[in-house]
Amino acid sequence: MAATAGASRNKRLIWLWTGIMVVFLYLPVACGLLASLNQGRYFTFPIRRWSTRWWERTLDSIEISILIQTSITIALIVTAISVVLAFCGALAFARYNWRGRTLFQRLVLLPIFFPQTVLGLALLLWFNMLGLPLSWQTAVFAHLVWIVPIVTLVISIQVYSFDPALEEAALDLGASRWQVMTEVTLPVLWPGIFSGALFAFLLSWGNFPLSLYTTGADSTVPEYLYAKMVAGYTPGVPTLGTISTAGAALVLLGGYAIVVLARRARSGR
Amino acid sequence: MGEAALPRDDSATPPQAAARRRLGLRAGPLYSLPMLTLLAVGFLAPLIAVIGFSFSEPRSFDWLAEPTLENYRTIFDPSNTVYLSFLWSLWFAFLSVLILAVICYPVAYGLAKVFGRWSMVITLLLVFPLFISENVRLYGWVLFFIKAGVLDGTLRALFDAGIGDFLFTPEAIVFGLVYVYVPFMLFPMTLGLSMVPNEVVEAAGDLGASRLQVFREIELPLAIPGIIIGSLLTFVLAVGAIAESKVLGGQSVIVITHDIEIAFTYSQNWPLGAALAVLLMLVIGVLVMTVLRYLDLDRILGRR
Repeated sequence: MAATAGASRNKRLIWLWTGIMVVFLYLPVACGLLASLNQGRYFTFPIRRWSTRWWERTLDSIEISILIQTSITIALIVTAISVVLAFCGALAFARYNWRGRTLFQRLVLLPIFFPQTVLGLALLLWFNMLGLPLSWQTAVFAHLVWIVPIVTLVISIQVYSFDPALEEAALDLGASRWQVMTEVTLPVLWPGIFSGALFAFLLSWGNFPLSLYTTGADSTVPEYLYAKMVAGYTPGVPTLGTISTAGAALVLLGGYAIVVLARRARSGR
Repeated sequence: MGEAALPRDDSATPPQAAARRRLGLRAGPLYSLPMLTLLAVGFLAPLIAVIGFSFSEPRSFDWLAEPTLENYRTIFDPSNTVYLSFLWSLWFAFLSVLILAVICYPVAYGLAKVFGRWSMVITLLLVFPLFISENVRLYGWVLFFIKAGVLDGTLRALFDAGIGDFLFTPEAIVFGLVYVYVPFMLFPMTLGLSMVPNEVVEAAGDLGASRLQVFREIELPLAIPGIIIGSLLTFVLAVGAIAESKVLGGQSVIVITHDIEIAFTYSQNWPLGAALAVLLMLVIGVLVMTVLRYLDLDRILGRR
């Protein structure tokens, strides 16, 4: 069968190409890790003297722990607010049929289809007109404008697969609106809400273009890294970059583990 | 299944169903309110502010003064070369979309049709770089391509011959754009391809269609909404990208977003920056609105 042989060859090629793609995506991350382990101030490859001194310095630095705290604070607040807003948004986006829905869906997409640098500058101008002093709080707001629509899409995908008959059955059986929400809707939609929360946290943690113009005197990890890349490179830059990447990976893996465990617990009952 | 979101069959118990339908009509706008408020205060208002600013006196910070067209006159003055930045941005974005469409297609096909139970893990691997700050990843490429960096150093050690200058060229910018926007092309494309029913492809094969015919006449037309969304998203984001040209391009070419940023920061000419931003928004807005009009979002997101 020539056709099946061809098909399995194609499959192998697809696997191979995907493998190349994964390597392509992670190669610069690996380069950052290598550069952080170089003892000298300037990076040369192959590395002559390996050292962890830049890691020690970075981990001991008070300045950097403040940066990380600021980034985490922003990301946590953004996560909490965006999950609530996006949950409502997703119900309007995907669950209910109402007259303005199509327009609403397009509006939600607009901030995603918009260059973040321009959005950041527009917000800078807007805050300035309102006379708001820039700080990490204004950055939280800027992140929300971009992140809430994305989280809405993530939750909407779950809402689409949700059968409204479940809610209706509960209502017919005499459940109150509140009970329907807490005992039917939320438990069914929770995987979508949870992945939405992960998205919110991670996108906020890694965001640069919005933070750049809206944090004022405060600084986040990506902002600090950019400033040092432009002027003042030390191996501390790739070190902090690697730490920031590892942090995101931990959050993602932790989230994935929670989903798997929860699924197992539910099916085990 | 877009229909799932519609009110259920009305004929069974008319009064109850009618009540539910009314509920849907009221609940929709109600649930949309938080989002609409956020977008009004955080998106539409700033954009209107930018538009307003673009009509104020150059180099002023006063938005209540007499409106003027001075900023637009400056931009459209024949001696002004800012149009080159526009052209570079559009050209880079166009090239990135083309390259991404080609390199992402096999992976998207694999995710939708080939990888089966592995596709979850592979998706996770491919999504994750999105959460690493763009700068960090692009700087990793600088370390890779720089003189005595990973590539150059390896080649020198192995063959005693280094590489020429790739960093800080326009090609490096396109490379960076392609690298950063992989997920934005890949995932919409995967959604599109998973809308192609396997039975149809098999039937075509049974009827004697070649692989190329299946691709051209079945897969591509059915998957096109996803591909269009991916291309649109990539194009729009690439037109507005700045980090790639700053980090990898080393300012060999000034892209439009960079011009806007310069106007807002170094030259402190907010009205000029605002006018440039308005023109960029016009290009993007017209493109997005035109394309989105032809797409049914319920179908694309709801299927699976």
